[in-house]
Amino acid sequence: MDFLSYLINGLGLGSVYAIIALGYTMVYGIAKMLNFAHGDVIMIGAYVAFFALNNFGLPLPAAVILSIVVCTALGVTVERLAYKPLRQASSLSVLITAIGVSYFLQNAAQLLWSSSTKVFPTIIPNGGISLGALSISYLTLITITTCVLVMICLTLFINRTKTGRAMRACSEDKGASTLMGINVNRIISITFAIGSGLAAIAAVLLCATYPSVFPTLGAMPGIKAFTAAVFGGIGSIPGAFLGGLLLGVIEIFAKAYISTQLSDAIVFAVLIIVLLIKPTGLLGKRVREKV
Amino acid sequence: MKKFSIGNLFSRKKRGRTISFLMVIVAYIIMQTMMSTGSLSSLFSGLLVPLCCYIVAAIGLNLNVGVSGELNLGQAGFMSVGAFTAVSVSGYLAAGIPNPVIRLIISIIAGVIAAAIFGILIGVPVLKLEGDYLAIVTLAFGQIIKSIVTNMYLGFDENGFQFSFVDNNTKLAPGGKMLLNGPMGATGTERISTFTMGAILIIISLFIVYNLMFSRCGRAIMAARDNRIAAESVGIGISRTKMLAFVISASLAGAAGALYGLNYSTLVPAKFDFNTSILILVYVVLGGLGNMTGTIIATVILVLLPELLRSMQDYRMLIYAVVLIVIMLLTNNETVITKLKLLQKSLGGGAKNV
Repeated sequence: MDFLSYLINGLGLGSVYAIIALGYTMVYGIAKMLNFAHGDVIMIGAYVAFFALNNFGLPLPAAVILSIVVCTALGVTVERLAYKPLRQASSLSVLITAIGVSYFLQNAAQLLWSSSTKVFPTIIPNGGISLGALSISYLTLITITTCVLVMICLTLFINRTKTGRAMRACSEDKGASTLMGINVNRIISITFAIGSGLAAIAAVLLCATYPSVFPTLGAMPGIKAFTAAVFGGIGSIPGAFLGGLLLGVIEIFAKAYISTQLSDAIVFAVLIIVLLIKPTGLLGKRVREKV
Repeated sequence: MKKFSIGNLFSRKKRGRTISFLMVIVAYIIMQTMMSTGSLSSLFSGLLVPLCCYIVAAIGLNLNVGVSGELNLGQAGFMSVGAFTAVSVSGYLAAGIPNPVIRLIISIIAGVIAAAIFGILIGVPVLKLEGDYLAIVTLAFGQIIKSIVTNMYLGFDENGFQFSFVDNNTKLAPGGKMLLNGPMGATGTERISTFTMGAILIIISLFIVYNLMFSRCGRAIMAARDNRIAAESVGIGISRTKMLAFVISASLAGAAGALYGLNYSTLVPAKFDFNTSILILVYVVLGGLGNMTGTIIATVILVLLPELLRSMQDYRMLIYAVVLIVIMLLTNNETVITKLKLLQKSLGGGAKNV
């Protein structure tokens, strides 16, 4: 029974990672950049949700929507101001710019809201449902449900809508997409918008699990989710989902059965082993280099 | 063998190298004079050794990222290995070798060897991968090293070394000394690093990197970077050349870490985290890939910038971030690039052809 409850907790944590990883993987798939500022968008989302709930007394759905709106706007603005002028630049320049944006957001948050930790209010009641000896908390249940819903919506969006098809076209070949009349810049903006909106959802779920809000809140989940995206094959949406869930489960199992202090090391070691066996991640496509 | 001449030192190919050596030596002389006349504030003289460490680590990383073309996000991991090895060695030898200079040299060599061993161990799996996957694996190794060092306990007494992992089980006899103390890291280290040693390390690392770059092996490394398939087809062993660059880069990071660790009485493992790796990468990219002179200048400016902005207090890191973004946007702007090229032409090339 212990095993099952660890597994479910792992899936809960993994769902949060999966939602963040979707943001990384979509941006990578289309803009071919490692967006290191993604974790800090989560942090901004967490602060917005915190102030909406705590200071303005908004109900939870309104707070979540406000957080999504702010993060989406932030994502699109950052893309327009910092990443768009670098479309032709080397990937390293874009990487450093993303790091600059990350520093900027962290320090702006520290200036605006001080570096002291704020306690996130309890938004999901304690307790849960019990199936025999196994009990699942409402929080885990809601997290997993949200993740599955997000995944379904996103898959439908990518596969069934015109914009989704345009996104897939852009990730295959930008030049050809432009020739087919797709506005590539618009598609990249939409990708950033979706990724940042998902970051806001992840922020609320993350804060419901670990109820503290501080300026570097997004850094570690950001790195872990990035790992999850690579784990599943970066650029692949089902890969990010799978990678996120697996990462969460591995982390919880490592904490439960091996060592709490070494759980991070174990997670990264598993990533390395997976990449050595499958160099492009679990579901990544192998792109042959042409001469 | 070519005859030595001053003109040859300033030939088109070698000008960058000569300039960077001269720059370091002149800067060293100026700093030493200022320190001896006391016109340097204590804040700045305290920054000199860390500055040298960052320069050495950045030169090493530039060999990896700029010359060999592999993005490494775990340079701080190698610094950590070098630092904690050197601190332990120095702590252990403190009674046996009272002369701080000899002890410093031995500790740095130990740090370099340890980092090189890690470089080989990590390089074997890492260099099988390509591009962003390679980058993420170096990031993962950086995190693993941090995590492991955070959980290491090492001490010694008259019965020899005692080591334990995760939980502190070392039971030292009275008079024993803890070298590494888990998350607290190394405490009570004797501060034996000197600015002179830092300057010497910079010169040595420049010497190694430039000699490598202008050798047959260095040309092979750059060929493998520019076109892997073409390089392979003319008989260059890709993994061997990449490995060489990776291990030298790791060793230089180890030397930098060793000097850094011995400059502070306490050093926590969390110091060498992902942010430190990124910081060094920023120096390299801003200085110019493959350009060692640029790396040194960028490191000096970016290490001093937050200190110069100290009067702005809370806003300094915000300004730092904005400066970073603006520099990246400007250096990738067509009109600015054209102007810079014109300027470079009038100055005569520099290290552009590297």
